Amino acid sequence: MVFMNKTLGRHLREAVKSLGRNAWMSIASISAVTVTLLLVGTFLVIMMNLNNIASNIEEDVEITVLIDRTADQNAQNQLESKLKNLEKVENVQFSSKDQELEKLIKSFGEKGESFKLFEQDNPLNDVFIVKTKVPEDTPVVAEEIKKMRYVENVQYGEETVKKLFEVVNVSRNIGIVLIIGLVFTAMFLISNTIKITIFARRREIEIMKLVGATNWFIRWPFFLEGLFLGALGAVIPITVLVVSYNSLVNIAVPYIQGSFVELLPFSPFVFQISAILLLIGVLIGIWGSLMSVRKFLKV
Amino acid sequence: MIEMKDVYKTYSNGVLAINGISIKINQGEFVYIVGPSGAGKSTFIKLMYREEKPTKGSIVINGIQLENLKEKEVPYLRRNIGVVFQDFKLLPKLTVYENVAFALEVIGENPKNIKKKVLNVLDLVQLKHKARSFPDELSGGEQQRVSIARSIVNNPPVIIADEPTGNLDPETSWEIMRLLEEINNRGTTVLMATHNKVIVNTIRKRVITIEDGKIVRDEARGEYGLYE
Ligand SMILES: Nc1ncnc2c1ncn2[C@@H]1O[C@H](COP(=O)(O)OP(=O)(O)OP(=O)(O)O)[C@@H](O)[C@H]1O
Ligand SMILES: [Mg+2]
Repeated sequence: MVFMNKTLGRHLREAVKSLGRNAWMSIASISAVTVTLLLVGTFLVIMMNLNNIASNIEEDVEITVLIDRTADQNAQNQLESKLKNLEKVENVQFSSKDQELEKLIKSFGEKGESFKLFEQDNPLNDVFIVKTKVPEDTPVVAEEIKKMRYVENVQYGEETVKKLFEVVNVSRNIGIVLIIGLVFTAMFLISNTIKITIFARRREIEIMKLVGATNWFIRWPFFLEGLFLGALGAVIPITVLVVSYNSLVNIAVPYIQGSFVELLPFSPFVFQISAILLLIGVLIGIWGSLMSVRKFLKV
Repeated sequence: MIEMKDVYKTYSNGVLAINGISIKINQGEFVYIVGPSGAGKSTFIKLMYREEKPTKGSIVINGIQLENLKEKEVPYLRRNIGVVFQDFKLLPKLTVYENVAFALEVIGENPKNIKKKVLNVLDLVQLKHKARSFPDELSGGEQQRVSIARSIVNNPPVIIADEPTGNLDPETSWEIMRLLEEINNRGTTVLMATHNKVIVNTIRKRVITIEDGKIVRDEARGEYGLYE
């Protein structure tokens, strides 16, 4: 690529001029990029948050083994060593019913105060908390434990995790198809805009070639035009992202505190997504102009 | 300066436009290219500035071997050759000054030099007073002078003109010829394809006659042939 600091100003002027000259086509292209990036942005925000939630849950997929109330200390010890001897189990921890109540109260925040009533007559069980070596083994191990003596019941986040991953997968696929379609539409519109510019400039281009302008000199304004169209298309999506994620975080946080649902923090998440959107916009723009330049410029 | 050896050109539609041409033109010569319509004059000219590639044969312009020339080296070849056409090829939305400056801007000339060079060359073609006019405010002869100014503003060693007087009345044509002679007198090689018998027979120069893609005559002080 022939570099061109002294002519950059000229290329920029030419690019901006033709944005204005084909105002309607420019607006159409920018809108296409805008719609595309709005969708990409929404999609990324949802996917990354769902992924975060899913992996949060996955990380502490643990099996809570409720110990039968009739079990004495001896039976309890036996059960513990049986659990520890399971091949797929990483560790086993005892938690008394009082500790369990405490956890419960904490997880409900201020509303948890009302559970304090139960401190006198705790309805919960003593439990063993079992962690497997790999999260996927959780269901198998849970089934095995369920059959053991002195086990009243087992609990783990099976359903939630399964459903969540299903949601993540389905929406990922829908999103990808939609976005690919939109990206191509946007690219097509940009390449058409550039084509019109090239056509409007065919005499200039002819003379440039005659007097010995280099191919890169001739191409630059068209690349810049595509790049601008793409970058301008990213402006609204980024603004929408910043404003709406900020309010989402502010509104949602009080409700979801303490639960396993958790939003990624505003910074740096929103800035990363913004950068990705800008990058995608610019790439769409450059790609769109590349297609036209290659096809119609013949330099 | 310009040398062709056994050059052939067949267009993609099968037309054999140049059928074995060898020629040598020295620096500072003034050469007319004449011949009947369809003889291959324009093709001959296009081969020199690499608008067309020869099917066979070697061409050297100002030391540049055209057959080995890569696509991205073509612009640098063209900076050695000023090209002038019958239809002027001026940009209608640019002034006279801007049209000439354009040729320097797009080859990355230092902006500091542009003004001086453009005014110099407008002086030479006697159009300094029209610098701010637009092409459609000029006569045909004036427009052709602008286009000649544009072709020489970068000071190329050779200029090639394809029927530069083709669209002009006789009076104006003489004006253009005087200008081309003046440019030639400064050492620039001038090649000019023309159908203008009076000019060729009055301003006597080397005449290369092409018929059916072949050179049939090449005389140092030639005359226009007997075809019309
Ligand atoms: N781009 C092209 N594709 C195919 N054939 C072409 C092309 N350009 C010219 N020709 C053919 O090549 C032959 C030579 O054409 P050329 O234009 O060189 O003639 P010329 O001597 O300049 O004629 P004129 O005096 O009418 O300008 C003609 O038969 C013409 O039809
Ligand atoms: Mg011709």
